[in-house]
Amino acid sequence: MLCESILDTIGNTPLVKLRHLSPKPGVNVYAKLEGHNPTGSVKDRIALYMVNDAEKRGLLTPDRTILEPTSGNTGISLAMVARAKGYHLLCVLPDNVTPEREALLRAFGADVVYAKNATSTNDAIYKAQQMLAEEPEIYYMPYQYGNENNPRAHYETTGPEIARDIGRVDAFVAGLGTGGTLTGTGRFLKEHNPDVKVVAAVPHPGDLVQGLRALEEGFIPPVLDESVLDGRIVVDSRTSFAMTKELMDKEAIFAGISAGAVIRVALKVAERLDEGNVVALLADGGWKYLSTSLWSMDWGQPHAEVQGKIWW
Amino acid sequence: MAVEVKVTATLQKVVGGQRSVQGEGGTVREVLEDLDRQHPGIMDMVMVDGQIHRFVNIYLNDEDVRFLKQLDTPLSEGDVLSILPALAGGSA
Repeated sequence: MLCESILDTIGNTPLVKLRHLSPKPGVNVYAKLEGHNPTGSVKDRIALYMVNDAEKRGLLTPDRTILEPTSGNTGISLAMVARAKGYHLLCVLPDNVTPEREALLRAFGADVVYAKNATSTNDAIYKAQQMLAEEPEIYYMPYQYGNENNPRAHYETTGPEIARDIGRVDAFVAGLGTGGTLTGTGRFLKEHNPDVKVVAAVPHPGDLVQGLRALEEGFIPPVLDESVLDGRIVVDSRTSFAMTKELMDKEAIFAGISAGAVIRVALKVAERLDEGNVVALLADGGWKYLSTSLWSMDWGQPHAEVQGKIWW
Repeated sequence: MAVEVKVTATLQKVVGGQRSVQGEGGTVREVLEDLDRQHPGIMDMVMVDGQIHRFVNIYLNDEDVRFLKQLDTPLSEGDVLSILPALAGGSA
């Protein structure tokens, strides 16, 4: 595969049949391995789309710094795209991200600021919006939660790739972060088969909820089109960890924590089908979680490490 | 029929600091109405104009009842309801 630029290696990720985890004959579960993107996550797709569009519309010029609140993957993807195109990136992080993430951001030449006392992505979003309001002339903020190029990247790339690789899709499962993957991919798949079930796997908010003072502080990303969804299933951190480990043990797939939650939900959806194909999108590889005890721990035992941190 | 209802921080204030309470009823609506009798104010926090508040997700075991039969979702013995705020995912 000959490429003109690292940016040309984004997308066209493998779709792998889970031969051992698929629950019954006639029902196949396939994993789309977004860890195969250049920085190891699905976010490379939207970073490229958001930056390309901002350049086209004149919102991003060489004198501006790209500013984005992110707990990790999107920042790393933007850092790669920014480096490839010659822009400076400043990421606003909550203070509970894994160390690999900051190291990667810095390796790509990005700068990092922490949102003080921020335990959730919401706090980092608020801080970045404040910085932008104070100095609107020096920043360009892609804002993945509200940028239509986020779902558009999935509508134009992720969805068509899945349809190309397997003709028939009965259910599509992905994690709900910004909602871009589910909205864009789901919309595309439904246009081809209105009967496809689009199901969101959501992390149990657990201890993160304690920081919320009112329900109004909850957050629904503007890019999420809830009308695309046919179900929303919550998965707690421990189950996500255990399933991520099982995915490694049974299928030799080295994926990130959210993959465990997505596979758990995909298997649940698969159990309800008599026959058909379930596609589970695994947002990233396992590399950024090596500092955790994910791979070495006995997941039969409850463990404090999984609580109160952002895993995806 | 009594089911367990798990609540998070903002609602715990209304139920006297408990993380989990018992409600009687055969549907999600009936259980919420029963909880509101025991702990007045819960309905106002969870509902707007007769619908589940946009920022609130009510899960029957692990599934959002919005995608089942909403407030009319029937309950069985041993079911657990969780009332959780909608939050952006992280890795985002």
